[in-house]
Amino acid sequence: MKLSHLLSQRKLTIFERWLDLIFSSYPPETTRFLKKEKDRFNNPVAYRLSQGARGLVDALVSGATVEEVSRYLDEIIRIKAVQDFSPSQALAFVFLLKKVIREELAPEIRADTGLAAEMLDLESQIDGLALLGFDVYVKRREKLYDIRVNEVKAKVSGLLRKAGINVTHI
Amino acid sequence: MATLPKPEELARSIQYRVPDRGWMEVKPEFRPGTFLNAASPKWLEMVSYPFPREWSVPDEDWQLPDNWKEIILEGMEDRLNRFRTLKLFFDICVRCGACSDKCHFFLGTGDPKNMPVLRAELLRSIYKRYFTRIGKALGDLVGARDLDESVIKEWFYYLHQCTECRRCSLFCPYGIDMAELTILGRELLSSIGLNVEWIMASVGSCYTRGSHIGATPHAYKDMIDFFAEECERVTGILPNVTYNRKGAEILFIAPSGDYFADPGTYTYMGYLLLFEYIGLDYTISTYAAEGGNFGYFISHEMGKRLNIKMYEEAKRLGVKWILGGECGHMWRVCNQYMTTWNGPADFLEEPVSPITGTKFENAKAHKMVHITEFTADLIRHGKLRLDPRRNAHIKLTFHDSCNPARAMGLFEEPRYIIKHVLPEGNFVEMPPNTIREKTFCCGSGSGVNADEFLEIRMRGGFPRANAVRYVHEKYGVNHLGCICAIDRAVFPPLLQYWVPEVDVTGIHELVGNALVFDEEIERTTDLRDRDLVGFGEEEGGEDEE
Repeated sequence: MKLSHLLSQRKLTIFERWLDLIFSSYPPETTRFLKKEKDRFNNPVAYRLSQGARGLVDALVSGATVEEVSRYLDEIIRIKAVQDFSPSQALAFVFLLKKVIREELAPEIRADTGLAAEMLDLESQIDGLALLGFDVYVKRREKLYDIRVNEVKAKVSGLLRKAGINVTHI
Repeated sequence: MATLPKPEELARSIQYRVPDRGWMEVKPEFRPGTFLNAASPKWLEMVSYPFPREWSVPDEDWQLPDNWKEIILEGMEDRLNRFRTLKLFFDICVRCGACSDKCHFFLGTGDPKNMPVLRAELLRSIYKRYFTRIGKALGDLVGARDLDESVIKEWFYYLHQCTECRRCSLFCPYGIDMAELTILGRELLSSIGLNVEWIMASVGSCYTRGSHIGATPHAYKDMIDFFAEECERVTGILPNVTYNRKGAEILFIAPSGDYFADPGTYTYMGYLLLFEYIGLDYTISTYAAEGGNFGYFISHEMGKRLNIKMYEEAKRLGVKWILGGECGHMWRVCNQYMTTWNGPADFLEEPVSPITGTKFENAKAHKMVHITEFTADLIRHGKLRLDPRRNAHIKLTFHDSCNPARAMGLFEEPRYIIKHVLPEGNFVEMPPNTIREKTFCCGSGSGVNADEFLEIRMRGGFPRANAVRYVHEKYGVNHLGCICAIDRAVFPPLLQYWVPEVDVTGIHELVGNALVFDEEIERTTDLRDRDLVGFGEEEGGEDEE
């Protein structure tokens, strides 16, 4: 109970610190830009990453359905799934949330040992997020392969149509 | 236990470039999905290009010719003498950084070497080292470096992560044109036999057969005839198409993407219906069967070689002028290079619309008109009977293709057409910093639209897709319109990944839908056989579906 109260109080700081860490997974020059430019169209990666991270922090504090959580995860993962990240690197951001919360709430946790049990529960929830993240990541990669196959077909789709073949059936 | 990596260590290891080392020491990693395949020797042999050989990009040894370094440096010297721009762009940059965050590849990849300023530096550092006194003396202290194979690999990697879209040059206070640097850099790569399969295969096919797709004349004719039959099936009107007809007034040339791949094919049907409607005296050539020019993505020389077919054929057929289909880089090539390369076109006349009498003064030199200029003029003079309700199922946003928009200023004509063929309220603009001059590239132009390059293309096209997603979510936009065949080919995969609810269409497909012929059959579907909204019901019932 107490932990959730603390979390909702510090929601904004936790979100900001987490986003900072997510941005820091890019090279320094890029990190600087991601943090600086606020226009959502001039800085689309930062915008989508922050949308996803904000949604996930809210979900953790106030609760959300699996579909909602997957959608927030997807905001981040669909970008990372096509960038230069290995799967583990692409999903590492989820676990960084643990780090942020531990550090942010360190004094309180130290002062009140009663928080430990709640903390463990929260960390399990974050582990759950990571597992959902695997689903999302794999789905995105599969989508990419699908698109590639479809693109190869589409290159001759006019010809196939002429031959009476429906591209979606092959 | 203690040796296992922690998440933050893993995350930190993502610093896949730069950190404590300077950019010169950080080299690209050729991972599948992030590079274009090497060209097979047969295509090079087909066009007599140097050093054809079997090689592969991930290989350590690219089997460069023994004297590759000499070739590159001599090539650079030659180009410094021939292109004043090159020397100017090398010398003038003050590293102000205005361009750095304007590139769609930087925004999408997060790779600092995709900042245009740094991408240019990849070439500039060699120029400095070998062609400036200070660079020769002080080396890396002044950003100069030795030319070695790793530099060549870096060029290959990053010069194919520039789509020559020129968005960066718009923001550069000196107007440094990254596209020009990329073009010349790719020329240098090609001079030592480093070419890309996707581009080179298109070039070889176009050079020997007539189009990038390598269609034979009869296959080409067969395909267009099929479109005419499809037009008849949907509208009851069978367009009359002639091929290689001498004495026609106009030669019509479209990019090959429009006659082999959906949804470009529907755009082609739109062209045919329009020409039939106005009774245009035109012909299609099976020799100049390609509007696009992938040669331009290898070298000026090859661009010129492929382009010459247009004038040659116009001359042979004795037409008065040339009309070009909806194409992006074709338009840049034809409008800005063709006269210099293969002109003067003194055997052609200044284009005049036979329907409205409008003189296309902007085409005085090159004698070629873009179809959106032509159609917008027809609409302006009230020559087309259009029923926008037939496009009521389409809520459109318009992507300004880089070449027609940023390079040529073709902003209003397509929008003018769109506003006349769509019901009021069905056209929505994307945010101002993503359209017109500031348009974001599709991420697959300049010959990088190969399927093996999909990952990078997804990154490069992300800023554009992000803006499309915005208008989709806010206004319910379900179609992205464009006037470029590469766009029509690459946006469907891009949007399937980022905004799968949005489909892609050419503008003349919409014209074809809206055109009302006197003798047509009752129209219940659009050119793609999709049901029209509010048709097939009693009159006056709009939007009943």
